[in-house]
Amino acid sequence: MHLRLAAAVTAGRLATMMSRHLGVGGGTTAPGHLVRALYPAATASIAARLPQGSVLVTGTNGKTTTSRMISSVLRKAGLQVLHNRSGANLISGIASALVNGSTISGRPKADVGLFEVDEAAFPAAVAELRPRLCVLTNLFRDQLDRYGEVDFLWGLWHETLSALPESSTVLLNADDPRVAELGTDLACRVLHYGIEDESIGGSALAHASDSRFCLRCGAAYQYRAVFYSHLGHYHCPSCGAVRPQPFLRAAGCQLGVHGSRVRVEWPSGNMSVEVRVPGLYNVYNALAAVGVGVAMELEPETIQSGLSDFAAAFGRVEQVDIRGRRLFLALVKNPVGFNEVLSTILRDPGEKAMMIVINDLFADGTDVSWLWDVDFEMLAGRVLFVVASGLRAHDMAVRLKYAGVEPSRILVEAASAAALDRALEATPDGGTLYLLPTYTAMLEVRKLLVDAGHLSPFWED
Amino acid sequence: MKLTICHLYPDLMNIYGDRGNIITLVQRCRWRGIEAEVVPLGLGDPLDQDRCDVVFFGGGQDKEQLLVAEDLRTIKAGAIHAFVEEGGALLSICGGYQLLGRYFRTHTGEILEGIGLFDAWTVAGSRRCIGNVLIRCDFDGSGRTLVGFENHSGKTYLGSGCRPMGRVLSGFGNNGEDGTEGAVYRNAFGCYLHGSLLPKNPWFADHLILAALRRRYGEGQDLAPLDDALENAAHESVAQRIGRLGRIDSGVI
Repeated sequence: MHLRLAAAVTAGRLATMMSRHLGVGGGTTAPGHLVRALYPAATASIAARLPQGSVLVTGTNGKTTTSRMISSVLRKAGLQVLHNRSGANLISGIASALVNGSTISGRPKADVGLFEVDEAAFPAAVAELRPRLCVLTNLFRDQLDRYGEVDFLWGLWHETLSALPESSTVLLNADDPRVAELGTDLACRVLHYGIEDESIGGSALAHASDSRFCLRCGAAYQYRAVFYSHLGHYHCPSCGAVRPQPFLRAAGCQLGVHGSRVRVEWPSGNMSVEVRVPGLYNVYNALAAVGVGVAMELEPETIQSGLSDFAAAFGRVEQVDIRGRRLFLALVKNPVGFNEVLSTILRDPGEKAMMIVINDLFADGTDVSWLWDVDFEMLAGRVLFVVASGLRAHDMAVRLKYAGVEPSRILVEAASAAALDRALEATPDGGTLYLLPTYTAMLEVRKLLVDAGHLSPFWED
Repeated sequence: MKLTICHLYPDLMNIYGDRGNIITLVQRCRWRGIEAEVVPLGLGDPLDQDRCDVVFFGGGQDKEQLLVAEDLRTIKAGAIHAFVEEGGALLSICGGYQLLGRYFRTHTGEILEGIGLFDAWTVAGSRRCIGNVLIRCDFDGSGRTLVGFENHSGKTYLGSGCRPMGRVLSGFGNNGEDGTEGAVYRNAFGCYLHGSLLPKNPWFADHLILAALRRRYGEGQDLAPLDDALENAAHESVAQRIGRLGRIDSGVI
């Protein structure tokens, strides 16, 4: 037995147990830091012993949901999956997951690793985990204060993917021009997924700021169909560059408020799948999960059935019954995700009861300027009330006022417990309260709900 | 009455939520019964200084700034200078502000020419200046404050004749060295404040709108006050937060 590795694993697992026992956290990242301090090669050593290797998922939006969908599919296929399920997706979080999922000697108690990975941590994760399959969902501007510029990130990703061996596969979103372009000049197998059904798209970009520019010649892409933000069927009118034909495509989509039905096709097969979370962005997440199943040559029925088993991930979209009302909880992190959540909520007619909680801590993004890139204008005339809460409650209230929401319907209550009480009281009996928090606000709200017995703690999810 | 807001390069220079400034100008006009139209001016589009009442120029990424600089110099420079000399109201943020200066010098010593509207120049710095900012304005002698959020690695220095928008109470400002933030020339303003800038600083939004109204409709024009309780509460809330936390800065690029 490698003693140093064993010591690191033991220390990590003790730290995890203590963390949870003392109630100081979920033990999902601190143990990882400890392990890496004691034995830096721990992550690579353990991951190398996964019989079926690892699958990594990165991108701006959809990492956690896509990973959970993939997990559902892999487990349906009878595989034991080692997965950083709670969403701790920096190297420390991955290390924690590996340590807690292996024996003292560092042998993983699973067949395959599945890790959602933070965009900036992706290069290091690939180097240490040497994955068999990488999924890249999309690339948006998110938390600019952390990542600096998108172009820089693209460059890092391309360099990382170029180093993958022929035996690895990358699965790329064909509808996102920047992600699709990552597939050029790679040694490994490259597969794309995308939506073919143009009937569910629009004919033009909603915002000039969604414009994307040809990576080869700099001209603005033109779109035959736009699905959301800058995702769609694009081509360059100047040099002829065009969206690649996807290996896996959504040939037909029926979108609903509770979920979608998608007809999926690939060269050697086709099937209809049920996506049990709403919104077009979840159709993409499901396509990626199906793509992983097909790339790993799982049976179509298994993939279909695994996807049907999927229930919404911790905090991303959850529904809870509380005090005679329904609470719909959806995490918001950036303009694109927020717009999709708002569109989904507004799909059903009527005025909505809402609570939006905006924090500006490191994990939320310290610059709240991004709120001005969200189309809150779609809420004008559609809200019963909005309780604006969190550390930046006032910023949120001002945004709503300028979006055309009647000031008398905007209530400011910075403390989340008081805000939740007020919002639930104001929601009609039997009605739904839509609660949209940023990341750390989600943790706070969840804690309130867990303490009151309405939800299970996230690491048990 | 009507005001036309010319938005420069909305598809290329649109980072960090700066369109909130456009939204604020439009709403504050409409709430007073003043019609407001936004005209996008991209690469190749000329600027008609007789048609513009307010010009807005936001921030962007390095690659986009290169494309824009060329267009600015060759197509729009003359009209922008003429517009500002006549007292036209102009607001530029971050990248836009830098390009309206004399030049930008990169890490490798390369010079990117600006149009010299502001007697200021920018050099690439080695650390990123990120965090909430509090400024005390002295360009109009009022001593009123501005709150915002900065995120830039460029360091801007002002020429001896160039007035800053204000003094830094908390944050880095133009260069983290001399305590100045922004630049002013007539009714043209440039600064590093995102946030967006205008929503939480309604007095400054009105300053721009009034300047535009007077240029078009005569010096006798005045603005009806609006109920800014929410905006001022937001301003105060951020100012207090800055006071409690100091800068939130990560410092390293």
